[in-house]
Amino acid sequence: MNLLIGNIGHLSVIIAFAAALVAAYSYFQASRGRALGETDASWLRIARGAFFVHGAAVLSVVVCLFNIIHAHRYEYYYAWSHSSNHLPVQYMISCFWEGQEGSFLLWIFWHVVLGAFIIRYNRKWEAPVMAVFSGVQLFLVSMILGVVLGGVKVGSSPFILLRDFLTDLPVFKMNPDFVPKDGTGLNALLQNYWMVIHPPTLFLGFALTLVPFAFAIAGLWKKELTAWVKPALPWTLIGGGVLGVGVVMGAYWAYETLNFGGYWNWDPVENAVYIPWLVLVASLHGMVLWQKRRLGLRTSFALVVATFILILYATFLTRSGVLGNASVHSFTDLGLSGQLLIYLGAFTVLAVALLVWRWKEIPVSEKELNAYNPELWVFVGATVLCLGAFQVLFTTSIPVYNALMGLIGIKTNVALPADQIAHYSKMQLWMGVFVALLSGLAQIMWWQRNDKTTLVNSLTAPSLLSLLGTALVVLLVRYNSLTISPAYVVLVLAGLFGVLANFGTIFTLLRRGVRLSGGAVAHLGIALMLLGILASSGYSKIISRNVSGLLYSREFTEELNRDNVLLWRNETAPMHGYELTYTGQYFDVPGVPGYVDKQFLFRTDDDYRAIARAPIASEGKTYYKTGDTLDILPENTYYRITYKDQKSGEQFVLYPRAQVNEEMGGLLASPAIKKFWGHDIYSHISSVLDPRKEKTWSEAKEHILSVGDTIFLNDYFAVFRAIEPAHETAGLNLQKGDLALQADMIVSGEKRQYHAHPVFVVRNRMVGRVPDEVEDLGVRLSLNAIDPTAGKFTFAVSTTQKDYVILKAMEKPFINLLWSGTLLMALGFGLSLRQRGRKDTPVEPTTDAQSQPSNRNTRPQPAVG
Amino acid sequence: MKKSHIFVMAIIAVAAAIILSTTADASVYVGFGEARQRAAEGNTTKVHVVGKLLRDSQKRPIGLEYDPMTDPNYFAFTLVDTNRVAQRVVYNNPKPQDFDASEQVVITGSMKGQVFMADNILLKCPSKYVKKDLKGATASAK
Repeated sequence: MNLLIGNIGHLSVIIAFAAALVAAYSYFQASRGRALGETDASWLRIARGAFFVHGAAVLSVVVCLFNIIHAHRYEYYYAWSHSSNHLPVQYMISCFWEGQEGSFLLWIFWHVVLGAFIIRYNRKWEAPVMAVFSGVQLFLVSMILGVVLGGVKVGSSPFILLRDFLTDLPVFKMNPDFVPKDGTGLNALLQNYWMVIHPPTLFLGFALTLVPFAFAIAGLWKKELTAWVKPALPWTLIGGGVLGVGVVMGAYWAYETLNFGGYWNWDPVENAVYIPWLVLVASLHGMVLWQKRRLGLRTSFALVVATFILILYATFLTRSGVLGNASVHSFTDLGLSGQLLIYLGAFTVLAVALLVWRWKEIPVSEKELNAYNPELWVFVGATVLCLGAFQVLFTTSIPVYNALMGLIGIKTNVALPADQIAHYSKMQLWMGVFVALLSGLAQIMWWQRNDKTTLVNSLTAPSLLSLLGTALVVLLVRYNSLTISPAYVVLVLAGLFGVLANFGTIFTLLRRGVRLSGGAVAHLGIALMLLGILASSGYSKIISRNVSGLLYSREFTEELNRDNVLLWRNETAPMHGYELTYTGQYFDVPGVPGYVDKQFLFRTDDDYRAIARAPIASEGKTYYKTGDTLDILPENTYYRITYKDQKSGEQFVLYPRAQVNEEMGGLLASPAIKKFWGHDIYSHISSVLDPRKEKTWSEAKEHILSVGDTIFLNDYFAVFRAIEPAHETAGLNLQKGDLALQADMIVSGEKRQYHAHPVFVVRNRMVGRVPDEVEDLGVRLSLNAIDPTAGKFTFAVSTTQKDYVILKAMEKPFINLLWSGTLLMALGFGLSLRQRGRKDTPVEPTTDAQSQPSNRNTRPQPAVG
Repeated sequence: MKKSHIFVMAIIAVAAAIILSTTADASVYVGFGEARQRAAEGNTTKVHVVGKLLRDSQKRPIGLEYDPMTDPNYFAFTLVDTNRVAQRVVYNNPKPQDFDASEQVVITGSMKGQVFMADNILLKCPSKYVKKDLKGATASAK
């Protein structure tokens, strides 16, 4: 029992809270009534000191919490509920943010890091910006404060002791110092490398949205209504890239780990990040418009503020419990709803009030835009993003409407759309169409002087080529006897146009020696992502249709979705061009590449250890000898499925898994994915015989045999080959003076022969029997009696339900377009960031008509040198 | 009228269209009584029904029908909604693992003839999310 570390941690939380309060107030005082940059030196000194103390205290909290997890201090609820003795170190990092408190802490930590950057590099803006930062920190730290003030619980501390959390348990009444020996473990779904890097990325993205928000608030407050954009823009750019990558990382994790059949399920938790990201990207466009062309300042203000408020709203949605049944994976309700609402309300009111107060003073451009101004199209594009965000927001908030109506006493029963994917897709598809079209158009126009001729010249090639490409795609789709809806045709056209136009822009700019345009690269990535999403989701094909030819007439005779096939162990079944065979259950053994057949492992009382029944080898190297004890990871059972292409005869093996996961309701399936360049084969188990349950065996049937006899066992025939002295059999612990005999029975299965070795032991005149099981065949043999004089041996045979899996398999065409598009997008954000600073002054496209080469008619004409 | 006004009006129009379309797509939580009534009126839109399973004295659910050997894509069960109306439900997918342990079941779908065709099942399991029992801990305390 170590109470010290928890006390240090809790004290640090309180210090961090108090220091944030001091920092917020001092920064406010340092800047109050003074122009930007003319800060009160003494207040500033106090403020900096306080923020430094705050940062140090936050680090101390992080260290304490990690120590509690790492040292397995199960007297603390956080360690007990999120970790366990068997957890590998890298996943202890995931434990850290599995709980709500830890993820708040991660967020707080990133704010400290970003705050330090601003103090170091943005001296002029430090006081007002850090006042906002410290204010936000105050609210966030209050979420993990865990103190009771005037009867109200403020925050939930990660340092709460198990005995204080589970107060009703009798064990604590008998022994208050009781410490459990093991924790309940990290949700096995999260024991995945993506869960080590995805949450920090996402929370860094969340944290980054605070920077432009703080600058915008500072600008409004200090009446520096234009100057804030320049220092804030790079942060918005990083935020857009990081949050975008974070969203796709989450999607990739879901694709690899969950079994809903794809990468995006429009779950409220996913939407809660997607919505602010769209608005963040829209705000980025607004800020670029202002920075480069002196347009859209009001839009930038409104969108930067909206992004931050949406982040707060997302936090409220996912952490307050308001979603209830609507989400599969929201956080536990810690009773923080009130605090979260105050946080959301405080900053919304503050920001909106400031914005309204200064609105009339924010400069507007006098320039009336027309269709030849690329700025207009950028502006329209940002609007489309906001409308797309609004659509997702409006639907995701449905549970909130019920809660709101409930507050005023009206009972409503509105539910989320029954088919959410169809609902969101049909509308988000059009956002995709406009984003692709406008990004292509605006990129081309941005870099040239536009009039009717140049525009027609530069748009002709990409338009014609994308029309041609769309025609080709439609033909190909038809050729593969699939259908394509008009909306899909439009999206293909828009996507291809986006790809070609942006590619053309990159190419032309490079050829003219300008530079690689980060914007064009990012937009090219987005267009590719759209095409990838269309192909992989729109044409995701279920290949595990029941092809046995049997249709069981039940209530319905109509064609129903029969998307799952049953595979008997070791029996081959045809499926959509493949021959599938399920060949057994496997375990992950650390240190051994691949997976190890369960039949080679003798399980011990310790779930995490097993004894090898045969040499464990992989690719010619033997890792364990017979009788060795080895560590296993028992949560996951891997089902080995071989796929054989009926035409080419090529084979591959997939190991979809089922995971014992009490937290998520028992047994959970995760897919296995085979990647080809043009498509993925995605398969998961839909149902299996529960690996947690003991098998039920039939009543034993006795056979009396002599050596050389043949019998039938559960449809297989077996030959009693020999009787021999038992080898050192796993788990038997033979001692001197023991008599141990084993029979060698050869059972012929469908695919191969199996040796069964039931053992007969006499120790101190006591008879012991160790039965042997052929798991592949569902047979168990036991050597019950030996009559040495007659040479007769009595065997007991029992059988069990033959092993099977029910499998669902899908083909996801061109999903690699989505992932590679994401990488391009991230690269584009990175390039833009690097190029910033080099071209800060607003650039008007050059109007030098003579520089327009008149002999090249069909190519886009870049005009910026 | 200025161009910007037209633009603003276009945005409002699209937003209104989004709201209308969402309202049209939004589903409702109903009981089986209303689900049957809707079907009788020819309304085939999908609804959400919240209910519990019928259980025997040993808390085992009764009336579950799933035989993967005959048809892995046919699972039938009886659900009792919050108004205590019982209804046979058919789900053309494998039986969800740990269906038996679920405390509450939310289904989406619609009535078809005498049965409710569910195309989605959401289970609420007692152990979900909050670890309250100390099963593991008390076992190791001995």
